[in-house]
Amino acid sequence: MAGLRTAEALRRFGYTGPITAIGDEPHAPYNRPPLSKEVLAGNEVSHATVAFPQRAATADVCWVLGNAAVAADLEHQTVTCADGSVYEYSSLVIATGLRPKRQTYPNNIQAGRHVIRTLDDAIALRAELQPGKRVVVLGAGFVGCETAATARKLGCEVTIVAPGALPIGRILGPELAGEIMRRQQTECVEFRMKRSVVDLMGEARIEGVMLDDASLLPCDVFIEAIGSNCNTEWLEGNNIDVTDGVLTDHNLRAVRATGGSWDNIYAVGDVAKFPNPIFDDLARRVEHWNIPTESGKHVGQLIALQHSAEETAAAAMAEAETKGFRPVPSFWSDQFDVHLLAFGLLALADEAKLVQGELSGDCVYEYYRAGKLVGAAGIGMRSVVQGYRNAFASQE
Amino acid sequence: MTIKIDVDMAKCQHYGQCVFEAPNIFRLNSDDKLEYTAEADDSELANVEAAIDVCPMQAIFIVD
Repeated sequence: MAGLRTAEALRRFGYTGPITAIGDEPHAPYNRPPLSKEVLAGNEVSHATVAFPQRAATADVCWVLGNAAVAADLEHQTVTCADGSVYEYSSLVIATGLRPKRQTYPNNIQAGRHVIRTLDDAIALRAELQPGKRVVVLGAGFVGCETAATARKLGCEVTIVAPGALPIGRILGPELAGEIMRRQQTECVEFRMKRSVVDLMGEARIEGVMLDDASLLPCDVFIEAIGSNCNTEWLEGNNIDVTDGVLTDHNLRAVRATGGSWDNIYAVGDVAKFPNPIFDDLARRVEHWNIPTESGKHVGQLIALQHSAEETAAAAMAEAETKGFRPVPSFWSDQFDVHLLAFGLLALADEAKLVQGELSGDCVYEYYRAGKLVGAAGIGMRSVVQGYRNAFASQE
Repeated sequence: MTIKIDVDMAKCQHYGQCVFEAPNIFRLNSDDKLEYTAEADDSELANVEAAIDVCPMQAIFIVD
Protein backbone atom coordinates (compact mmCIF):
# COMPACT_ATOMS: atom_id res chain seq x y z
CA MET A 1 0.00 0.00 0.00
CA ALA A 2 2.76 2.46 0.92
CA GLY A 3 4.51 1.47 -2.31
CA LEU A 4 1.39 2.18 -4.34
CA ARG A 5 0.90 5.53 -2.64
CA THR A 6 4.53 6.43 -3.35
CA ALA A 7 4.09 5.57 -7.04
CA GLU A 8 0.92 7.65 -7.25
CA ALA A 9 2.62 10.63 -5.60
CA LEU A 10 5.63 10.32 -7.94
CA ARG A 11 3.33 10.73 -10.94
CA ARG A 12 1.21 13.42 -9.30
CA PHE A 13 4.29 15.54 -8.61
CA GLY A 14 5.52 15.16 -12.17
CA TYR A 15 8.01 12.28 -12.18
CA THR A 16 7.90 10.70 -15.66
CA GLY A 17 10.67 8.09 -15.40
CA PRO A 18 10.18 4.35 -14.94
CA ILE A 19 8.80 2.92 -11.66
CA THR A 20 9.19 -0.71 -10.62
CA ALA A 21 7.24 -2.05 -7.63
CA ILE A 22 8.47 -5.33 -6.14
CA GLY A 23 6.34 -7.37 -3.72
CA ASP A 24 6.38 -10.82 -2.17
CA GLU A 25 2.61 -11.30 -2.29
CA PRO A 26 0.98 -12.54 -5.51
CA HIS A 27 -1.72 -9.86 -5.24
CA ALA A 28 -1.70 -6.23 -6.35
CA PRO A 29 -1.95 -3.85 -3.35
CA TYR A 30 -5.12 -4.22 -1.31
CA ASN A 31 -6.72 -2.77 1.78
CA ARG A 32 -5.78 -4.66 4.97
CA PRO A 33 -8.03 -3.23 7.73
CA PRO A 34 -11.18 -5.12 6.62
CA LEU A 35 -9.29 -8.43 6.81
CA SER A 36 -9.91 -8.87 10.55
CA LYS A 37 -13.45 -7.49 10.31
CA GLU A 38 -15.67 -7.26 7.23
CA VAL A 39 -13.65 -9.65 5.07
CA LEU A 40 -13.42 -12.26 7.81
CA ALA A 41 -17.14 -11.93 8.58
CA GLY A 42 -18.21 -11.95 4.94
CA ASN A 43 -19.30 -14.85 2.80
CA GLU A 44 -17.24 -13.83 -0.18
CA VAL A 45 -13.52 -13.31 0.34
CA SER A 46 -11.59 -12.35 -2.76
CA HIS A 47 -8.89 -9.96 -3.89
CA ALA A 48 -11.45 -7.95 -5.87
CA THR A 49 -13.34 -6.95 -2.72
CA VAL A 50 -10.29 -5.29 -1.14
CA ALA A 51 -8.07 -4.28 -4.11
CA PHE A 52 -7.15 -0.61 -4.36
CA PRO A 53 -8.37 1.00 -7.57
CA GLN A 54 -5.74 1.42 -10.28
CA ARG A 55 -5.31 4.95 -11.54
CA ALA A 56 -4.45 5.92 -15.10
CA ALA A 57 -1.40 7.83 -13.90
CA THR A 58 0.19 4.67 -12.49
CA ALA A 59 -0.90 2.29 -15.26
CA ASP A 60 2.69 2.08 -16.53
CA VAL A 61 4.20 1.05 -13.18
CA CYS A 62 5.98 -2.28 -13.59
CA TRP A 63 4.61 -4.62 -10.90
CA VAL A 64 6.87 -7.49 -9.92
CA LEU A 65 4.54 -9.60 -7.75
CA GLY A 66 5.08 -12.86 -5.92
CA ASN A 67 8.82 -12.24 -6.05
CA ALA A 68 10.28 -11.00 -2.77
CA ALA A 69 13.36 -8.82 -2.58
CA VAL A 70 16.01 -11.02 -0.96
CA ALA A 71 19.12 -8.84 -1.09
CA ALA A 72 20.27 -5.31 -1.80
CA ASP A 73 23.56 -3.65 -2.57
CA LEU A 74 23.00 -0.04 -1.59
CA GLU A 75 26.46 1.12 -2.74
CA HIS A 76 25.93 -0.28 -6.24
CA GLN A 77 22.18 0.53 -6.24
CA THR A 78 20.76 -2.91 -6.96
CA VAL A 79 18.00 -5.09 -5.50
CA THR A 80 17.98 -8.86 -6.01
CA CYS A 81 14.72 -10.85 -6.03
CA ALA A 82 13.92 -14.42 -5.01
CA ASP A 83 13.99 -15.63 -8.63
CA GLY A 84 17.51 -14.24 -9.06
CA SER A 85 16.59 -11.19 -11.14
CA VAL A 86 18.49 -7.99 -10.31
CA TYR A 87 16.98 -4.51 -10.53
CA GLU A 88 19.00 -1.30 -10.69
CA TYR A 89 17.63 1.89 -9.18
CA SER A 90 18.38 5.58 -8.92
CA SER A 91 16.05 5.94 -5.90
CA LEU A 92 15.00 3.11 -3.58
CA VAL A 93 11.83 3.19 -1.47
CA ILE A 94 11.73 0.54 1.24
CA ALA A 95 8.10 -0.52 1.75
CA THR A 96 8.47 -4.17 2.74
CA GLY A 97 6.28 -3.86 5.82
CA LEU A 98 5.79 -6.44 8.53
CA ARG A 99 4.99 -10.08 9.04
CA PRO A 100 3.29 -11.61 12.09
CA LYS A 101 5.46 -12.96 14.87
CA ARG A 102 5.06 -16.70 15.34
CA GLN A 103 5.52 -18.81 18.44
CA THR A 104 7.39 -22.12 18.59
CA TYR A 105 6.09 -24.79 20.99
CA PRO A 106 7.44 -28.17 22.12
CA ASN A 107 4.53 -29.78 20.25
CA ASN A 108 4.80 -27.43 17.29
CA ILE A 109 1.90 -28.75 15.19
CA GLN A 110 0.64 -26.38 12.50
CA ALA A 111 -2.83 -27.60 11.48
CA GLY A 112 -5.42 -25.28 13.01
CA ARG A 113 -2.96 -22.43 13.63
CA HIS A 114 -3.45 -19.06 12.00
CA VAL A 115 -2.21 -15.49 11.78
CA ILE A 116 -3.95 -12.59 10.12
CA ARG A 117 -1.92 -10.19 8.04
CA THR A 118 -2.47 -11.02 4.39
CA LEU A 119 -5.51 -11.69 2.25
CA ASP A 120 -4.49 -15.35 2.00
CA ASP A 121 -4.33 -15.49 5.82
CA ALA A 122 -7.90 -14.15 6.02
CA ILE A 123 -9.15 -16.63 3.41
CA ALA A 124 -7.58 -19.56 5.28
CA LEU A 125 -8.94 -18.42 8.65
CA ARG A 126 -12.42 -17.65 7.31
CA ALA A 127 -12.81 -21.29 6.22
CA GLU A 128 -12.25 -22.47 9.81
CA LEU A 129 -14.45 -20.04 11.72
CA GLN A 130 -17.58 -22.18 11.80
CA PRO A 131 -20.27 -21.79 14.48
CA GLY A 132 -19.44 -23.66 17.67
CA LYS A 133 -15.69 -23.84 16.95
CA ARG A 134 -13.52 -23.15 19.99
CA VAL A 135 -11.17 -20.32 19.12
CA VAL A 136 -8.19 -19.22 21.20
CA VAL A 137 -6.65 -15.87 20.27
CA LEU A 138 -3.13 -15.29 21.57
CA GLY A 139 -2.58 -11.55 21.98
CA ALA A 140 -4.92 -8.74 23.00
CA GLY A 141 -3.85 -5.92 20.70
CA PHE A 142 -6.05 -4.45 18.00
CA VAL A 143 -5.76 -7.43 15.67
CA GLY A 144 -6.42 -9.92 18.47
CA CYS A 145 -9.44 -8.03 19.84
CA GLU A 146 -10.98 -7.37 16.43
CA THR A 147 -10.45 -10.95 15.26
CA ALA A 148 -11.94 -12.23 18.53
CA ALA A 149 -15.02 -10.05 18.05
CA THR A 150 -15.46 -11.21 14.46
CA ALA A 151 -15.07 -14.89 15.41
CA ARG A 152 -17.61 -14.45 18.21
CA LYS A 153 -20.08 -12.83 15.82
CA LEU A 154 -19.64 -15.84 13.53
CA GLY A 155 -20.80 -18.06 16.40
CA CYS A 156 -17.45 -19.33 17.67
CA GLU A 157 -16.58 -19.70 21.36
CA VAL A 158 -13.69 -17.31 21.87
CA THR A 159 -10.99 -16.98 24.53
CA ILE A 160 -8.25 -14.34 24.44
CA VAL A 161 -4.94 -15.25 26.12
CA ALA A 162 -2.43 -12.42 26.61
CA PRO A 163 0.48 -11.47 28.87
CA GLY A 164 -0.79 -7.97 29.70
CA ALA A 165 -3.37 -7.04 32.31
CA LEU A 166 -5.83 -5.44 29.87
CA PRO A 167 -6.58 -5.62 26.12
CA ILE A 168 -4.87 -2.82 24.15
CA GLY A 169 -3.83 -1.64 27.61
CA ARG A 170 -0.42 -0.26 26.69
CA ILE A 171 -2.03 2.15 24.21
CA LEU A 172 -5.42 2.94 25.72
CA GLY A 173 -4.52 3.05 29.41
CA PRO A 174 -6.38 1.25 32.20
CA GLU A 175 -9.78 2.97 32.02
CA LEU A 176 -10.56 2.71 28.32
CA ALA A 177 -8.84 -0.68 28.01
CA GLY A 178 -10.83 -1.96 30.99
CA GLU A 179 -14.02 -0.84 29.29
CA ILE A 180 -13.04 -2.60 26.03
CA MET A 181 -12.54 -5.78 28.09
CA ARG A 182 -15.87 -5.36 29.87
CA ARG A 183 -17.73 -4.89 26.58
CA GLN A 184 -16.02 -7.91 25.02
CA GLN A 185 -17.00 -9.96 28.08
CA THR A 186 -20.62 -8.81 27.71
CA GLU A 187 -20.50 -10.47 24.29
CA CYS A 188 -19.21 -13.69 25.93
CA VAL A 189 -15.57 -13.38 24.88
CA GLU A 190 -13.48 -14.93 27.66
CA PHE A 191 -10.17 -13.49 28.83
CA ARG A 192 -7.14 -15.21 30.35
CA MET A 193 -4.97 -12.17 30.99
CA LYS A 194 -1.43 -12.25 32.41
CA ARG A 195 -1.17 -15.70 30.90
CA SER A 196 0.86 -17.27 28.12
CA VAL A 197 0.52 -20.44 26.08
CA VAL A 198 3.32 -22.90 26.87
CA ASP A 199 2.34 -25.82 24.63
CA LEU A 200 -0.18 -27.13 22.14
CA MET A 201 -2.21 -30.33 22.46
CA GLY A 202 -3.16 -32.60 19.57
CA GLU A 203 -1.52 -34.78 16.95
CA ALA A 204 -3.03 -34.42 13.48
CA ARG A 205 -4.24 -30.92 14.33
CA ILE A 206 -4.62 -28.66 17.32
CA GLU A 207 -7.05 -29.83 20.01
CA GLY A 208 -6.07 -27.65 22.93
CA VAL A 209 -3.59 -25.18 24.37
CA MET A 210 -1.81 -25.38 27.71
CA LEU A 211 -1.31 -22.17 29.67
CA ASP A 212 1.51 -21.28 32.03
CA ASP A 213 -0.73 -21.96 35.05
CA ALA A 214 -1.04 -25.56 33.74
CA SER A 215 -4.70 -25.07 32.80
CA LEU A 216 -5.84 -26.59 29.53
CA LEU A 217 -8.13 -24.81 27.05
CA PRO A 218 -9.88 -26.91 24.40
CA CYS A 219 -9.12 -25.33 21.03
CA ASP A 220 -10.06 -26.00 17.41
CA VAL A 221 -8.59 -22.80 15.96
CA PHE A 222 -5.53 -21.04 17.40
CA ILE A 223 -4.84 -17.49 16.21
CA GLU A 224 -1.45 -15.90 16.93
CA ALA A 225 -1.87 -12.11 17.14
CA ILE A 226 1.25 -11.18 19.09
CA GLY A 227 2.62 -8.38 16.97
CA SER A 228 4.96 -8.22 14.03
CA ASN A 229 8.54 -8.38 12.83
CA CYS A 230 9.95 -6.07 10.18
CA ASN A 231 10.77 -7.45 6.75
CA THR A 232 14.26 -5.99 6.58
CA GLU A 233 16.50 -9.09 6.37
CA TRP A 234 17.07 -8.38 2.65
CA LEU A 235 18.82 -5.14 3.64
CA GLU A 236 21.34 -6.74 5.96
CA GLY A 237 25.01 -6.33 5.16
CA ASN A 238 24.50 -2.72 4.05
CA ASN A 239 25.37 0.58 5.70
CA ILE A 240 21.87 1.11 7.10
CA ASP A 241 20.21 0.87 10.52
CA VAL A 242 17.52 -1.83 10.54
CA THR A 243 17.09 -2.28 14.30
CA ASP A 244 13.30 -2.79 14.56
CA GLY A 245 12.53 -1.10 11.24
CA VAL A 246 14.42 1.20 8.91
CA LEU A 247 15.69 4.21 10.85
CA THR A 248 15.04 7.44 8.93
CA ASP A 249 15.55 11.17 9.32
CA HIS A 250 12.76 13.78 9.36
CA ASN A 251 12.20 13.29 5.65
CA LEU A 252 12.02 9.47 5.71
CA ARG A 253 15.52 9.14 4.25
CA ALA A 254 17.24 6.02 5.52
CA VAL A 255 20.00 6.70 8.04
CA ARG A 256 23.41 5.11 7.54
CA ALA A 257 24.67 2.88 10.34
CA THR A 258 27.74 5.12 10.27
CA GLY A 259 25.60 8.29 10.57
CA GLY A 260 24.06 10.72 8.07
CA SER A 261 21.27 9.97 5.61
CA TRP A 262 21.28 8.32 2.19
CA ASP A 263 20.02 10.89 -0.31
CA ASN A 264 18.33 8.28 -2.54
CA ILE A 265 16.98 5.69 -0.09
CA TYR A 266 13.70 6.13 1.77
CA ALA A 267 11.45 4.04 4.01
CA VAL A 268 7.63 4.26 4.06
CA GLY A 269 4.74 2.54 5.81
CA ASP A 270 4.90 0.18 8.79
CA VAL A 271 8.62 -0.52 8.38
CA ALA A 272 9.72 3.14 8.62
CA LYS A 273 11.10 4.25 11.99
CA PHE A 274 10.89 8.00 11.86
CA PRO A 275 10.97 10.96 14.26
CA ASN A 276 7.82 13.07 14.44
CA PRO A 277 8.33 16.71 15.56
CA ILE A 278 4.72 16.89 16.71
CA PHE A 279 5.82 14.77 19.68
CA ASP A 280 9.64 14.70 20.03
CA ASP A 281 12.85 13.68 18.27
CA LEU A 282 12.72 9.99 19.08
CA ALA A 283 12.31 7.75 16.01
CA ARG A 284 9.41 5.28 16.22
CA ARG A 285 7.60 2.88 13.96
CA VAL A 286 3.89 3.69 13.83
CA GLU A 287 1.61 0.86 12.75
CA HIS A 288 -1.43 3.00 12.07
CA TRP A 289 -3.60 3.14 9.00
CA ASN A 290 -2.72 6.62 7.79
CA ILE A 291 1.06 6.20 7.85
CA PRO A 292 1.48 4.24 4.57
CA THR A 293 -0.52 6.84 2.67
CA GLU A 294 1.08 9.91 4.24
CA SER A 295 4.65 8.59 4.11
CA GLY A 296 4.20 7.45 0.50
CA LYS A 297 2.99 10.90 -0.47
CA HIS A 298 5.88 12.65 1.23
CA VAL A 299 8.52 10.43 -0.34
CA GLY A 300 6.89 10.45 -3.79
CA GLN A 301 6.91 14.24 -3.70
CA LEU A 302 10.57 14.45 -2.64
CA ILE A 303 11.81 12.03 -5.31
CA ALA A 304 9.73 13.71 -8.03
CA LEU A 305 11.13 17.12 -7.09
CA GLN A 306 14.67 15.75 -6.93
CA HIS A 307 14.34 14.54 -10.55
CA SER A 308 12.46 17.61 -11.79
CA ALA A 309 13.95 20.00 -14.34
CA GLU A 310 11.46 22.75 -13.39
CA GLU A 311 12.97 25.95 -12.04
CA THR A 312 10.60 25.95 -9.09
CA ALA A 313 11.54 22.42 -8.02
CA ALA A 314 14.47 23.36 -5.80
CA ALA A 315 12.40 25.85 -3.80
CA ALA A 316 9.49 23.39 -3.51
CA MET A 317 11.92 20.71 -2.35
CA ALA A 318 13.44 22.98 0.28
CA GLU A 319 9.97 23.84 1.57
CA ALA A 320 8.91 20.19 1.80
CA GLU A 321 12.17 19.21 3.49
CA THR A 322 12.03 22.03 6.00
CA LYS A 323 8.50 21.07 7.01
CA GLY A 324 9.55 17.41 7.11
CA PHE A 325 7.32 14.41 7.65
CA ARG A 326 4.98 15.15 10.55
CA PRO A 327 1.84 13.02 10.31
CA VAL A 328 -0.89 12.97 12.93
CA PRO A 329 -1.19 9.25 13.72
CA SER A 330 -4.77 8.06 13.41
CA PHE A 331 -6.43 4.77 14.19
CA TRP A 332 -9.82 3.29 14.76
CA SER A 333 -11.10 -0.08 15.88
CA ASP A 334 -14.46 -1.79 15.66
CA GLN A 335 -15.29 -4.53 18.14
CA PHE A 336 -18.98 -5.43 18.43
CA ASP A 337 -20.77 -2.11 18.95
CA VAL A 338 -17.62 -0.34 20.20
CA HIS A 339 -16.41 2.17 17.62
CA LEU A 340 -13.08 3.52 18.77
CA LEU A 341 -11.37 6.46 17.05
CA ALA A 342 -8.11 8.06 18.13
CA PHE A 343 -5.50 10.61 17.05
CA GLY A 344 -1.98 11.06 18.33
CA LEU A 345 0.42 8.70 20.08
CA LEU A 346 -1.57 7.50 23.08
CA ALA A 347 1.13 5.06 24.17
CA LEU A 348 3.36 8.00 25.16
CA ALA A 349 0.88 9.20 27.77
CA ASP A 350 1.34 8.97 31.50
CA GLU A 351 -2.18 10.22 32.19
CA ALA A 352 -5.63 9.82 30.59
CA LYS A 353 -8.54 12.11 31.44
CA LEU A 354 -12.22 11.58 30.70
CA VAL A 355 -13.33 14.88 29.15
CA GLN A 356 -16.75 14.08 27.69
CA GLY A 357 -19.48 11.48 28.12
CA GLU A 358 -19.40 8.39 30.31
CA LEU A 359 -17.13 5.39 30.13
CA SER A 360 -20.13 3.03 30.04
CA GLY A 361 -21.52 4.82 26.98
CA ASP A 362 -19.96 7.15 24.42
CA CYS A 363 -16.98 9.07 25.73
CA VAL A 364 -13.81 11.01 24.88
CA TYR A 365 -10.45 10.74 26.65
CA GLU A 366 -7.49 13.08 26.40
CA TYR A 367 -3.99 11.63 26.80
CA TYR A 368 -1.16 13.63 28.36
CA ARG A 369 2.58 13.15 28.73
CA ALA A 370 4.12 15.36 31.42
CA GLY A 371 1.08 17.62 31.16
CA LYS A 372 1.23 17.99 27.36
CA LEU A 373 -1.54 16.61 25.13
CA VAL A 374 -0.21 13.69 23.05
CA GLY A 375 -3.46 12.05 21.96
CA ALA A 376 -7.21 11.74 22.17
CA ALA A 377 -9.53 8.76 21.83
CA GLY A 378 -13.24 8.22 21.90
CA ILE A 379 -15.88 5.56 21.85
CA GLY A 380 -18.41 7.07 19.47
CA MET A 381 -18.40 10.91 19.48
CA ARG A 382 -16.41 11.00 16.26
CA SER A 383 -17.00 14.65 15.51
CA VAL A 384 -15.49 15.59 18.87
CA VAL A 385 -12.49 13.28 18.48
CA GLN A 386 -11.85 14.60 14.97
CA GLY A 387 -11.34 18.07 16.36
CA TYR A 388 -8.12 16.85 17.97
CA ARG A 389 -6.57 15.96 14.62
CA ASN A 390 -6.63 19.57 13.56
CA ALA A 391 -5.16 20.61 16.89
CA PHE A 392 -2.16 18.30 16.32
CA ALA A 393 -1.81 19.12 12.65
CA SER A 394 -1.52 22.84 13.39
CA GLN A 395 1.22 22.36 16.02
CA GLU A 396 4.52 23.84 15.00
CA MET B 1 -16.44 20.83 -15.79
CA THR B 2 -17.69 18.89 -12.81
CA ILE B 3 -16.96 15.56 -11.17
CA LYS B 4 -19.57 13.19 -9.75
CA ILE B 5 -18.89 11.53 -6.43
CA ASP B 6 -20.49 8.37 -5.11
CA VAL B 7 -20.13 6.84 -1.64
CA ASP B 8 -21.14 3.21 -1.12
CA MET B 9 -23.16 3.78 2.05
CA ALA B 10 -23.36 0.03 2.67
CA LYS B 11 -19.56 0.03 3.04
CA CYS B 12 -19.12 3.44 4.71
CA GLN B 13 -18.47 3.18 8.45
CA HIS B 14 -18.48 6.96 9.01
CA TYR B 15 -14.83 7.12 10.04
CA GLY B 16 -14.69 10.64 8.62
CA GLN B 17 -11.10 10.47 7.37
CA CYS B 18 -12.32 11.92 4.05
CA VAL B 19 -13.53 15.04 5.84
CA PHE B 20 -9.94 16.22 6.39
CA GLU B 21 -8.92 15.72 2.76
CA ALA B 22 -11.97 17.24 1.06
CA PRO B 23 -13.83 19.34 3.63
CA ASN B 24 -15.90 21.04 0.92
CA ILE B 25 -17.35 17.69 -0.14
CA PHE B 26 -17.56 15.50 2.97
CA ARG B 27 -18.78 16.20 6.50
CA LEU B 28 -20.07 14.34 9.54
CA ASN B 29 -23.55 15.44 10.62
CA SER B 30 -24.74 15.90 14.19
CA ASP B 31 -25.33 12.12 14.45
CA ASP B 32 -21.71 11.48 13.34
CA LYS B 33 -22.98 10.09 10.00
CA LEU B 34 -21.29 10.95 6.73
CA GLU B 35 -22.91 13.42 4.37
CA TYR B 36 -21.44 14.47 1.03
CA THR B 37 -21.97 16.62 -2.00
CA ALA B 38 -22.42 14.37 -5.03
CA GLU B 39 -21.30 16.89 -7.64
CA ALA B 40 -18.36 19.26 -7.45
CA ASP B 41 -16.15 21.48 -9.54
CA ASP B 42 -13.09 19.95 -11.23
CA SER B 43 -10.88 21.93 -8.91
CA GLU B 44 -11.90 19.51 -6.12
CA LEU B 45 -10.52 16.48 -8.01
CA ALA B 46 -7.19 16.30 -6.16
CA ASN B 47 -8.93 16.61 -2.79
CA VAL B 48 -11.49 13.94 -3.67
CA GLU B 49 -8.74 11.59 -4.87
CA ALA B 50 -6.94 12.15 -1.56
CA ALA B 51 -10.20 11.35 0.26
CA ILE B 52 -10.53 8.15 -1.79
CA ASP B 53 -6.99 7.19 -0.73
CA VAL B 54 -7.60 7.65 2.99
CA CYS B 55 -11.01 5.97 3.19
CA PRO B 56 -10.48 2.94 5.44
CA MET B 57 -13.37 1.13 3.78
CA GLN B 58 -12.47 2.26 0.24
CA ALA B 59 -16.09 3.30 -0.16
CA ILE B 60 -15.63 6.51 -2.19
CA PHE B 61 -15.75 6.57 -5.98
CA ILE B 62 -15.59 9.12 -8.76
CA VAL B 63 -18.32 8.28 -11.25
CA ASP B 64 -17.35 8.69 -14.92
